[in-house]
Amino acid sequence: MSGINSSTALWYASRATGVVALLLLTAVMLLGLLVTRQGRLPGLPRFAVSGLHRNLSLLATAFVAFHVVTAVLDGYVDIPLTSAVIPLTSPYERLWLGIGAVAFDLMLASVVTSLLRRRLSRKAWRAVHLTAYLCWPVAWLHSVFASGDLQQGPLLGLAVVCAVAVVAALGWRLVAASKATPRAERVGLIMAAVHRGGQPGNQPSGNQPQGTRPRRKPGNEAERTLIQ
Amino acid sequence: MPADKLIVNPIDCAGHGACAELLPELIALDEWGYPVIDPRPLPPGLERHARAAVSACPTLALRLVPASEQAR
Amino acid sequence: MTATTTSLTQLPRLLPVKPDRKGDGKGDAHGLDRHVERHGRLTYRDREGVLIRDIEAAGLTGRGGAAFPAHRKLQAVFDAADKRRRTPRVVANGAESEPASDKDATLLWLSPHLVLDGLQLAAEAVGADTAILYTHASRQHDLGRRLSEAISERAARNLDRVPVQLALAPARFLSGQETALLNHLGGGPAVPTFMPPRITERGLGNAPTLVQNVETLAHLALIARKGPGWFRGVGTEAEPGSMLATIRRADGRPKVTEVPLGIPLASLAGELPPGGAVLVGGYHGTWLSESQARQLTLDNRSLAAAQARVGAGIVIALPPDRCGLVETARVVRYLALESAGQCGPCLNALPRIAAALAEIAGGRARPQAVDDIGRWSGLVTGRGACHHPDGTARFVGSALRTFAAEVRRHERGHCSAASGEPFLPIPPDAARTERDWT
Repeated sequence: MSGINSSTALWYASRATGVVALLLLTAVMLLGLLVTRQGRLPGLPRFAVSGLHRNLSLLATAFVAFHVVTAVLDGYVDIPLTSAVIPLTSPYERLWLGIGAVAFDLMLASVVTSLLRRRLSRKAWRAVHLTAYLCWPVAWLHSVFASGDLQQGPLLGLAVVCAVAVVAALGWRLVAASKATPRAERVGLIMAAVHRGGQPGNQPSGNQPQGTRPRRKPGNEAERTLIQ
Repeated sequence: MPADKLIVNPIDCAGHGACAELLPELIALDEWGYPVIDPRPLPPGLERHARAAVSACPTLALRLVPASEQAR
Repeated sequence: MTATTTSLTQLPRLLPVKPDRKGDGKGDAHGLDRHVERHGRLTYRDREGVLIRDIEAAGLTGRGGAAFPAHRKLQAVFDAADKRRRTPRVVANGAESEPASDKDATLLWLSPHLVLDGLQLAAEAVGADTAILYTHASRQHDLGRRLSEAISERAARNLDRVPVQLALAPARFLSGQETALLNHLGGGPAVPTFMPPRITERGLGNAPTLVQNVETLAHLALIARKGPGWFRGVGTEAEPGSMLATIRRADGRPKVTEVPLGIPLASLAGELPPGGAVLVGGYHGTWLSESQARQLTLDNRSLAAAQARVGAGIVIALPPDRCGLVETARVVRYLALESAGQCGPCLNALPRIAAALAEIAGGRARPQAVDDIGRWSGLVTGRGACHHPDGTARFVGSALRTFAAEVRRHERGHCSAASGEPFLPIPPDAARTERDWT
């Protein structure tokens, strides 16, 4: 599908905000994966990782909203407002716009449940939040295929970089999850490490599988062996 | 008027440590990275910061319990 | 005072007067006919609140270790059921996961019908429609079978209004803990959960649940027949009644005996050598020196002076040829391995405490070992979802205090023990996989 050559400001605004939204969404995914791994951003306090994740997701939602509204308002192609949330109802680019609607729906679900998370059970919140793993690839597909913008030139490079980053981060997350010690084995592991005479770094607990992270005892080789 | 209290669900807590950064007056981290919370009721001036800490917890382990519900 | 078993008093309340020795099977002192003959038939109250008032007047407290007033638990479940309009459930907790305790198993073996009567009465008092008897998996072949038979016998005579199910507790130290018990009954692993609200509000299947130790239920059954005044006939004013105690003296063999609360520890522990020690309350309990033991009685008010509690009524006299530090280190290793591993502080502190204690016991402790243990104990108390770390810390602290002289001896490379033979009982299998908890 070749790029539209109309020069209406609204159309350009829609495309531009779409690109920014994809970038922001990618950052949100990367930060989300970082939060679960208890990683840190260099130079920033710990709360910044989850804080940024949250703020950028709200910003991303705003940009997606602009992206949708400008596309709907622009008269060059016919996109009814409802097709932003109901998939496959747009006469223009039915499939790829429909996919965009799916992504938007999932995004809204995650954002809204997160804003209301104190009223939800952990399981419910978590179940919805996990759909983010579906939301991002769908958003990426929409970005690349709903218009030709990201299929050539520097924007193609951008799309590829985003994809690689998310896949790599996800891979890192999955590897860590597979290496995480099951609850029943954690205490046995620390007992063994401690009785060998070492002073291992703390064994992470909590209900989420995760790797160890360095504490105030630097260069602690015993830590590494705990999670193997 | 009885004040709210901060409690942490130790099972959900994974030691992220965001709470201690946002409320150092009442929350410190032990040598393994888990929060040690001052058990006294929340002083009035810190309520906003306490809510920020509760909100920042990635596992929702930190909670602010209203005085009416405190039974544990 | 001689150290023979005949010096132990035996109140003939909960246990049959001529006990049918475990595994013996001769006669059926435990059978339903004998039970009715001795105690009379089970009579339901058929009126709301009557039993709870009697239990309150009797001053019955939980015999599982926490000594929580039984009437308050019953009332809480009753009120929650009323408020939430949910039918409650009752669980008789016979898990007895404390290795040094034998009283619940003995009670269930010798007087199952007393426990089952109590279970029915408690169910009636709170309006429950489900009753579960939870016992230790290791006893399912002998005790489990006997309990099944007892339940069938009662069902055949239409004694029980609420059907009773038997459930098995996995062989873990924590499986008798209330929330772990409910977690397991609900299909999960026997690990504690962090629960505001309380299980009296939301327990098994989200229904208000009463969890009561089997001995408490047995007392309840007797109070229902003989009245609160009778119950208060023994014991102290503040802590009335009797309880089953598991006594271990130098020969190491456990003896379960029913004693009045407030009985001098010395009459239970027997003759203690100077420098001897007594463990009261089990593995979350407290080591007392011989001089403390001579002054104190088996009730919480007296024991509080030594920061001890009655717990599940375990009294163990350390034989003079054993080292208290070595025994404690072995037990603490077991306790650390029994951590559910869910809470950071417990998961990290208990193994380190165990290792440091092993070093002290082995005479190769680093100089800061005792301080480290103190710091870790402080870090772990009150910061878990259950009281396993608190209890362990209390046990360790009391050992370091009571055996302080021995600690110094170990620092110099000596140990006053003549025998390295293990004394305190420890189950053999450690938990290795999730399956061990289910």
